[in-house]
Amino acid sequence: MAVFLIRRLLGMALTLLLVSLMVFLIMELPPGDYAERYAFRKFSGTGVAVTPADIQAIRIELGLDAPMMVRYANWISGIVLRGDFGQAYSFLTSVNNVIGDKVWLTLGLLVATLLLTYLIAIPVGLYAAVRRGSGADYGLTIISYLGLALPNFLLALLLLYFANRWFGASIGGLFSDQYRDAPWSLAKFWDLVKHLWIPALVLGWSAIAYQLQTVRATMSDEIGKLSVMAARARGLPETRLMVKYPARLAVNPVVSTIGFDVNRIFSELPIVAAVLGLTELGDLLLKSFLDLDMNVAGAILLLLTVVIVVMNFVSDLLLAWLDPRIRLEG
Amino acid sequence: MTDMPQTPETRTERRERERREAYYSASQWTLIWWRFRRHRAAMAASAILGLMIILGLFAEFFAPYGPTERNRDYLYGAPQMPMFCDQNGCSLRAFVHGTRTERDPVTLRSRTVPDPQTRRYVQFFVEGQPAKLLGVIPTRTRLFGLDEGRIHLWGTDELGRDVFSRTLYATRTSLSIGVLGVIISFVLALAIGGIAGYAGGLTDSAIQRVTEVVRVIPVIPLYMGLAAAMPREWSGLQVYFAMTVILGAVGWPTLARRVRSQLLSIRGEDYVTAARLAGARPSRIIGTHMLPSFTSFIIVDLVISFPYMILSETALSFVGLGLRPPAVSWGVMLQQAQSIRVIEQAPWLFIPALFVVVAVLAFTVIGDGLRDAADPYSEAR
Repeated sequence: MAVFLIRRLLGMALTLLLVSLMVFLIMELPPGDYAERYAFRKFSGTGVAVTPADIQAIRIELGLDAPMMVRYANWISGIVLRGDFGQAYSFLTSVNNVIGDKVWLTLGLLVATLLLTYLIAIPVGLYAAVRRGSGADYGLTIISYLGLALPNFLLALLLLYFANRWFGASIGGLFSDQYRDAPWSLAKFWDLVKHLWIPALVLGWSAIAYQLQTVRATMSDEIGKLSVMAARARGLPETRLMVKYPARLAVNPVVSTIGFDVNRIFSELPIVAAVLGLTELGDLLLKSFLDLDMNVAGAILLLLTVVIVVMNFVSDLLLAWLDPRIRLEG
Repeated sequence: MTDMPQTPETRTERRERERREAYYSASQWTLIWWRFRRHRAAMAASAILGLMIILGLFAEFFAPYGPTERNRDYLYGAPQMPMFCDQNGCSLRAFVHGTRTERDPVTLRSRTVPDPQTRRYVQFFVEGQPAKLLGVIPTRTRLFGLDEGRIHLWGTDELGRDVFSRTLYATRTSLSIGVLGVIISFVLALAIGGIAGYAGGLTDSAIQRVTEVVRVIPVIPLYMGLAAAMPREWSGLQVYFAMTVILGAVGWPTLARRVRSQLLSIRGEDYVTAARLAGARPSRIIGTHMLPSFTSFIIVDLVISFPYMILSETALSFVGLGLRPPAVSWGVMLQQAQSIRVIEQAPWLFIPALFVVVAVLAFTVIGDGLRDAADPYSEAR
């Protein structure tokens, strides 16, 4: 078990290193650099003429004239050693200030979405497999096909449209008006919970559809196994039998793909956030890409990916805990 | 030993025998086609997709107006469905009502409303603006139009552009971007997965690491990062090709994994060793000897990866990081339907979304059908 843990941890560290390199490359991609955008932002409309010499001065001051590897080293060491993601030019403050508590909002949204996904996908998938060929099963198959075909942001638009049409209510946002800028309190938290389920449903939409199919397929395979028949022959009650033998195994593929689900959810995050007006990292990521504020964008991209990598690790651990075969292989 | 009298075979017996002979002598692709043909949903999906492709390909003929042609008298105009009857009686020819301009009694703004007293008849093969069919054949003929004024089957947008026509042009853009993206990711996957699977060892693990890193970064944000890097002053065509490259560059890992695992599994086969001993170069061994054994799987994977390309393009254009007007794609069109106020006022701007969903569904169903058909162990015949 210790060998298993150490190997996974080392693999995770290596992946994170490569991810940070890749994110840095993406930050460097757009034409122009931070100094130009910063100067443009700071002095546009002030009547001050910015010369190339001024931009060069900013560059030297911020260490942007150094070769790329040095800049990467500065960037990543700032993050790892001091938790400092650099400056956000379009906000004229530090990235940490801009991101702030949005990280926690995003994580809250992620947890809510994952919970909703598994609470729907696992029981319903199991049910569909047990009652294979029933009307409910076919209905579910059609819904999960649609779940794969209807992009989350279109679902969000549809929900907005029908909520407005039928209830005359706006369902966007994460808070009611009176709580938006209020300090955190129990009431504000409760307000968040009430608002959370719609974005959670929209974000989880394709993950639910995908996991439904997986659970149903694995469960269908497992039900036909001889072990199930043997247990039935021993006279085990049907419900207990289903839970103890096939259902236990049918959950494995779900557990092993938690990381993928987080990836899928984060992938949809910016666009769904834009449609539903959620003020968290996805929305900020989209805005900073549009403004080419690459320090903010890179920081968010890195944070999201770190969460995914960590969730992959957690899913490995969970799987090893659930399935002794993996644990023993090491 | 008694001679069994040879009874002449009956017609049903002969048909049965011929069917069997055809089955045993059929090539792999014929077998796949036979199995695919029996998959009803997949056949229906192919028909729908085929129709979409034809509509998109010959948009200059099927669309009554160009993608940027404006009807200034009919902004945010409602869809006009051709009808045969109205309160003034029936006609054998389909018609729509004309429009007239009146002043809104409340806001006093002039607005265009349908005028039930006038009729504009639908005609076929009418003259339109000159356009080039497939980009080469000059044509003025359109499938349908009105004898007078303009017909907007699916209404118009805020600039008075015909949603029906634009949707057809968008179909062409969106599908072709998907095709090019899939081709690029396929070439990349073949090269990268091919090297990894054929070389094995250290090269393989290094490539595997990189593949994993590309897969672990959330897809749409990654697309957005690459798309944001496109210079704003690029022309429509440059953006279009850049988009296909971006879609391909992010889409390859899944396919590369498949190529790699297949290559690894047949690397030790005798015929591969024989080819190597005969002095064939790696590219030839992979291309001629190994690839054909899993071409069908790759085709299935290609079809299945289409929806992701289309959805990604739509999503990117939707938030303004993908194609930009005046280019028309489904995502660009849906960009107008982003705010709830617009959807309230003009729900028909949502029609392109229907195309996205239908196209993605069609590709998914066809992919499922192909997968069943390409699996040699699925029920024979």
